[in-house]
Amino acid sequence: MSAKLNALNSDSYIDVSQYRDQHFKGNRYEQEKLLKQSNTLYVGNLSFYTTEEQVHELFSKSGDVKRIIIGLDKVKKTACGFCFVEYYTRADAEHAMRFINGTRLDDRIIRTDWDAGFKEGRQYGRGKSGGQVRDEYRQDYDPARGGYGKLAQQHRPTEARNSF
Amino acid sequence: MDLCSFFLSFSGGQPHKRRRTSEPIEIEDRLESLICRVGEKSTSSLESNLEGLAGVLEADLPNYKNKILRILCAVARLLPEKLTVYTTLVGLLNARNYNFGGEFVEAMIRQLKETLKNNLYNEAVYLVRFLSDLVNCHVIAAPSMVAMFENFISVTQEEDVPQVRSDWFVYVVLSCLPWVGKELYEKKDVEMDRLLSQIEGYLKRRVKTHVPMLQVWTAEKPHPQEEYLDCLWAQIQKLKKDRWQERHILRPYIAFDSVLCEALQHNLPPFTPPGHMPDAQYPMPRVIFRMFDYTDAPEGPVMPGSHSVERFVIEENLHCIIKTHWKERKTCAAQLLSYPGKNKIPLNYHIVELAQATEMLYMRLDTMNTTCIDRLINWFSHHLSNFQFRWSWDDWSDCLTVDLEKPKPKFVKEVLEKSMRLSYHQRIVDIVPPTFSALIPAEPLFIYKYEDESASSLPGYAVTVTVGNAIKNRASNEEILTILKEVPNPNQEDDDDEGESFNPLKIEVFLQTLLHLAAKSFSHSFSALGKFHEILKTLTDSDEGKLHILKVVYEVWRNHPQMIAVLVDKMIRTQVVDCAAVANWLFSQDMAHEFTRLFIWEILHSTIRKMNKHVQKIQKELEEAKDKLEKQQHKRVSLFMDKNSEDEEGQLEEQIERLQEKVESAQSEQKNLFLVIFQRFIMLLTEHLVRCETGSVDISTPWYKNCIERLQQIFLMHHVTIQQYMGTLENLLFTAELDHHILAVYQQFCALQL
Repeated sequence: MSAKLNALNSDSYIDVSQYRDQHFKGNRYEQEKLLKQSNTLYVGNLSFYTTEEQVHELFSKSGDVKRIIIGLDKVKKTACGFCFVEYYTRADAEHAMRFINGTRLDDRIIRTDWDAGFKEGRQYGRGKSGGQVRDEYRQDYDPARGGYGKLAQQHRPTEARNSF
Repeated sequence: MDLCSFFLSFSGGQPHKRRRTSEPIEIEDRLESLICRVGEKSTSSLESNLEGLAGVLEADLPNYKNKILRILCAVARLLPEKLTVYTTLVGLLNARNYNFGGEFVEAMIRQLKETLKNNLYNEAVYLVRFLSDLVNCHVIAAPSMVAMFENFISVTQEEDVPQVRSDWFVYVVLSCLPWVGKELYEKKDVEMDRLLSQIEGYLKRRVKTHVPMLQVWTAEKPHPQEEYLDCLWAQIQKLKKDRWQERHILRPYIAFDSVLCEALQHNLPPFTPPGHMPDAQYPMPRVIFRMFDYTDAPEGPVMPGSHSVERFVIEENLHCIIKTHWKERKTCAAQLLSYPGKNKIPLNYHIVELAQATEMLYMRLDTMNTTCIDRLINWFSHHLSNFQFRWSWDDWSDCLTVDLEKPKPKFVKEVLEKSMRLSYHQRIVDIVPPTFSALIPAEPLFIYKYEDESASSLPGYAVTVTVGNAIKNRASNEEILTILKEVPNPNQEDDDDEGESFNPLKIEVFLQTLLHLAAKSFSHSFSALGKFHEILKTLTDSDEGKLHILKVVYEVWRNHPQMIAVLVDKMIRTQVVDCAAVANWLFSQDMAHEFTRLFIWEILHSTIRKMNKHVQKIQKELEEAKDKLEKQQHKRVSLFMDKNSEDEEGQLEEQIERLQEKVESAQSEQKNLFLVIFQRFIMLLTEHLVRCETGSVDISTPWYKNCIERLQQIFLMHHVTIQQYMGTLENLLFTAELDHHILAVYQQFCALQL
């Protein structure tokens, strides 16, 4: 009796994205399976100054947060603009995807995506300089993410180099 | 683009036979899509789309009749905001195929019975409304619809049934009248008058104890907060006075009148409302929320009055749109903004004018229910955080002129506190004018009792240094416990015990030091609690220990309520403290000065929710084990019994016994938690009431309003769980001896399901 209408079951905000973790230990099928059951979200485009407390406050709006792991620069061990948020239930994580993804935290539009689950080591940026890969090649100036991208920084003459 | 969509984009095409031999699932999906999306994104008119679709479906009936029936029944139930679109479609199909019309009506009646049986009362309303609009489409004969309504209203004559049961049947009938009142009155005015008069009699004798608990504002001005049936009755009365002229509802069937009036109608089978069952869960009564009237939208179309039936219809439709599309926020917004008929009502103004709405809500804070103020605080701070915290705070400088415990300054204070959580302290200092400095939250810093040399005279100081160093040097739990043995127990004269009994100083010394070292972030503190879990468990072995640990957490983090909340949460989850301890702590004298702050209630409700989830989890485990045993027993019957399956069964039975005990123990803990909470409320409120009485002082202080509404909130937020324990509550706590102010809250709550 309780016939559902597929046409009405659209829930696109919780769909799995195209991104796949290249360092994932396992095949594509296994990764996708984990993504579809996961209670953990990757959160990107954070400011380097965004704190665990701010993340907790925002993401608690969609349910009880089990754990937050702030992403760190591999070299400096300081925040480098991403984090993982793990919920106790999948349903709460889905609400975050529906209602928090694409809204602002610390004045920046943040992006959430399903994550296959935190494993030790995944809290570090994978860019050559220690931060996230996206900050290696970025051309724009973003004061909340260390200014210019790392590559662009190398091409900018510094004060020290120009003076004698 | 498939043939059907291509075909439908033309107006008034010929019906066309489908010769495809696709997968059945594909066909079903395509049919669903066609039906669900009729009229959307089309250059042709809705009427021509409907005509086209009717043709396609008629052609498909020989092969796909059941699927089409299923889909149409489903849209009747799940797409109520497009009711008249689909009744028109059914009307057209009925005109072309009388038997199909009959089968559809039968299927709807079956579906109605099912939804009622399954306590799906909201969906049942949509089904009855659909049936009633089918009268307008010449599918159902008016007299048989009136007969169904008469059967519904006869429920009001039933004795010994909950009021909410007869309420629902009255509601269903009244809520159909905007759609079908005119037609029914034209055909059966005598019967309809009798029906309405019976309804009027019922509404007069109805009990409305529940209303105060559900009102957003306690004041009648500027808009009365009406009980939902009273409001609907007034709206129907006005509609009747206007001779059932209803101009808002989109009625595509009017364009097809010449076709439809040729159709043969069906009679609804006599429908006896299912009898009352003890486990029935009727919808609870509501109070209609009103905050705008015609004076609030000065330009553009006029806002329909609160007793105009348009108001009812529009609110229903907007409500349905949100319910249907909540998962897809962009779609939902688009649907709301493209609401048909939006040009005749100030829709955009009232959806989009958040600033004005906020302003209006702020102005009426003094009489607003505390729970609603909570929601406003959470919404507004979250909203601000998405708009760089820009707000004209000076417009609200009136809040600075009154006592800070009054609703307006309190609201602003809580908003700033929440805003700080989403940003940082200096940001808040920067965004408010200097005049608001008294409302700015404290900087969320740790307060360490043993901070500097001046603390060296405090008892236990020396141990804090030793313990601190031990922790930094990664000492083991045993080593630290040994160090802690040095802490004197202020509760005892001699120390001839092993130091095992409750020692508040020991707790203080250890916890202050540990939390101070871990103060950097939530993760640091959680890690600390985890690492020294053993020690914490030892220290909090007694109830006093649990209470004291909470006290210390508050002492050190009292400027950082967010941290307090997450630490308490962690301590419950790791069983360092239990839920009752948290409740007792929140209601303790030490916390009385914080009693009206939002974070207190967030912690309490979070604690109750954890308790509820814990019980549900074990109940689920028990159910699963029982299912497993049942499966095992079935297997045993069919195969021969061997030692292995016998053992397995025995193990399962043992497991079930253990889980049964666990469930009982958890439920007992849950009941105890509510008893503690209610008991504490009663004590506090009684104290206040007695004090006021003896001093001949008005009881209605801001504190009292806050407290009594917090009590209401406990009932409303956890009503499902609390209903299990009503017997105990009534016998032990909410007895006739209680002050009537407190008892009234309990009675209002009971009235919600009576």
